[in-house]
Amino acid sequence: MKFLPLIVRNLFRKKIRTTLTILSIAVAMFLFGLLAVIDTAFTAGLEVAGADRVVVIGRNGVIQLLPMGHGDKIAAIAGVTDVAFATWFGGVYQDESNFFPQFAVQDDAYLRIYSEYVVPSDQLKAYLEDRQAAIVGRKTAQRFGWKIGDRIPLKGTIFPGAWEFNVRGIYTGRRQQDDETQFMFRAKYLEERAPAWAQGLVGWYVVKVADPSQALPIAKKIDERFANSSAETKTQPEEIFIASWVNQMGNIRLLVISVGVVVFFTLLLVTGNTMAIAVRERTGEWAVLKTLGFGDGIVLTLVLAESLTIAVIGGGLGLAFAKVFTIFGNPMPGLLPVFLLSNIRLLAGLVLTLLVGFAAGIIPGFLAMRLKIVDALRRV
Amino acid sequence: MAIPIAYNIRSVRVRWVSAVVAVVGIAGAVGVFVAMLALANGFEAALATSGSPLNVKVRRAGTNSEMESGVSLDETRIIGDAPGLARGADGSPLISGEVVVVTALPKAGYGTDANVSVRGVSPLAAQVHDVVKIAEGRFFQPGLAELIVGRGVAATIEGLSLGSRPRFGGREWTVVGLFDSNGSAFDSEIWCDARLLNESFGRPTGVSQSVTARLSSIEAFKVFKDTLTSDPRLSVQVQHEQEYYASRSTMMSTLIRSLGFLVAVVMGIGSVFGALNTMYSAVAARAREIATLRALGFGPLSVVVSFVFESLLIALAGGIVGCLLALPVNGIGVSTMNWQTFSHLAFAFRVTPMLMLLGVSFALMMGLVGGLLPAIRAARLPIASALREL
Repeated sequence: MKFLPLIVRNLFRKKIRTTLTILSIAVAMFLFGLLAVIDTAFTAGLEVAGADRVVVIGRNGVIQLLPMGHGDKIAAIAGVTDVAFATWFGGVYQDESNFFPQFAVQDDAYLRIYSEYVVPSDQLKAYLEDRQAAIVGRKTAQRFGWKIGDRIPLKGTIFPGAWEFNVRGIYTGRRQQDDETQFMFRAKYLEERAPAWAQGLVGWYVVKVADPSQALPIAKKIDERFANSSAETKTQPEEIFIASWVNQMGNIRLLVISVGVVVFFTLLLVTGNTMAIAVRERTGEWAVLKTLGFGDGIVLTLVLAESLTIAVIGGGLGLAFAKVFTIFGNPMPGLLPVFLLSNIRLLAGLVLTLLVGFAAGIIPGFLAMRLKIVDALRRV
Repeated sequence: MAIPIAYNIRSVRVRWVSAVVAVVGIAGAVGVFVAMLALANGFEAALATSGSPLNVKVRRAGTNSEMESGVSLDETRIIGDAPGLARGADGSPLISGEVVVVTALPKAGYGTDANVSVRGVSPLAAQVHDVVKIAEGRFFQPGLAELIVGRGVAATIEGLSLGSRPRFGGREWTVVGLFDSNGSAFDSEIWCDARLLNESFGRPTGVSQSVTARLSSIEAFKVFKDTLTSDPRLSVQVQHEQEYYASRSTMMSTLIRSLGFLVAVVMGIGSVFGALNTMYSAVAARAREIATLRALGFGPLSVVVSFVFESLLIALAGGIVGCLLALPVNGIGVSTMNWQTFSHLAFAFRVTPMLMLLGVSFALMMGLVGGLLPAIRAARLPIASALREL
């Protein structure tokens, strides 16, 4: 600790250089934070997928509608504790760019299965009493300034016509990563006005199983139940169902990682070079320190401490900035429903910062440690 | 008087470690910049080239996309009688009533399904869509369960090679041809006979979702459009095909472009800091040299020009290296989900000469910004005290 003033003094010796190095690290870690946010946006669904839920869709894909009668048959299968259906509505609110997901859902069964979406009980009651009721996610309500009791017009696309809904409830997610952008309304209302081709049909079923370890066998049983019927099904654990969407978005993770690696190495090089210059400039001082009797370990520690301090200040700044950026708003709320920098990714960023600081300081530190006093003093 | 360029080149050579670090830093930024823009570029190219300038798309008035629209057989006939249409060899108007369904097929290498657009077209479609060229095999035979498959979809979806027999819509199909539409969105589609598709997916016979029509000339658009929109028997809207496809991807292209731009700009700012650092160090290390130059009679402006030049030299090298590093991504196929069509869209990174030029300009800009302040500092060094320094 007694060396702290020395480290601080060294940092202030070349203010511009220290500032610039801190800023480059800050920018790089800001970018890391940003990439982590994008990665989270695309994969958050996987983190929140319920292990005890399976999703039943039509064999030709989610576009193919399923008969409403499937519900009771699924409920009769052993190990199934709850079933609910939902139908993708795909309406437009004012303009296509105001995209948010909308589903017609079965009364309160759907929300019962998705217990992570919390609706105050009085709001749920009001929802069940109103034919045109809708429950909206907190973020979507916030985005358009909707309040309970507002009347929301949507232009139907798949189900043509002008539709109007009453906001009866606003749900919040239990966890940070929960999607708070959905708009759910009563399937009964859709049924009343649905065109002939959609009568008696629903989009998909979500099924709750008693024992998560039995999810796969139950999924198989469901598909067998409807095999060779006019509406064959494809049942997948929710995680796999969501993974298929994530995979369809393309290999975002690979893209993010490649950019991250480029950034990391560029950063390492820049910081390492700065540290090397800083150490070289002070050759004489190291020699003096050693002459005074300070050991090699101290010299190495001093260099590493300086490099780590720069890295931590820069990395901290960058990550803090990225965090602030996520709090201040999502530039594309329709496409990136979850926009957050989770603690685990923040931690990963900090570890990365420390790695950069260490890697950048270690070689110059060794060089300083190995200096022969005689040579070093002569060089001046 | 200008300081000789040889001075800068030699300086760079002597301080090569710092120079290499700066070059790599800038190269990294330029590489990412070019690759990100190449991605956005490829995506837009896929849509901009979808369709021919002569083609128009007719769909029900008030609908946003063909999937919500419906056009009956009678209406299709009326559209075929409108003036301004190109005609085939037998004199019949070149129109194609089309139906799109989305079906789930296994995505290669993932083990999960992807949504693929299957477009049912009329037998005349080959003449209507001139961008679509059969690359291997042949066109499907009307009335048979045969498919022709776009290049992009054949590469990203399993089991769609020539001769394979995929199953969807309750029947088995045979892939008889692969087509290439020059990277356009059609490359992500599977085509078959519209009648058969309607039948397989339980849709009403004869009803299309949209009609693509080929005009005899670009000028014929107005007459054709006015005739259809003023016909009391029809309630349709008429749009250029290219415009239609561009409108089907605005969400995705905004996303890709803004993400790419954001990453590139942040990376660029970081590199400017790196360049500044290198140049400041260079100036600091050369204080005595600079003072000597000044003492020899070179003016402050010459010093500024000389240092900015050196910085630009390093940046140029970084820019070129960065572009070269980004070059291998050219042509790499990627696919994503287009939420507006609810189906998968394949496209490729597209590095164009224009983009590389942009990358080099980006590097030079970083060099200019990173070199100017240090250069000014160099010019301002007090000669006497700098000469006295070690």
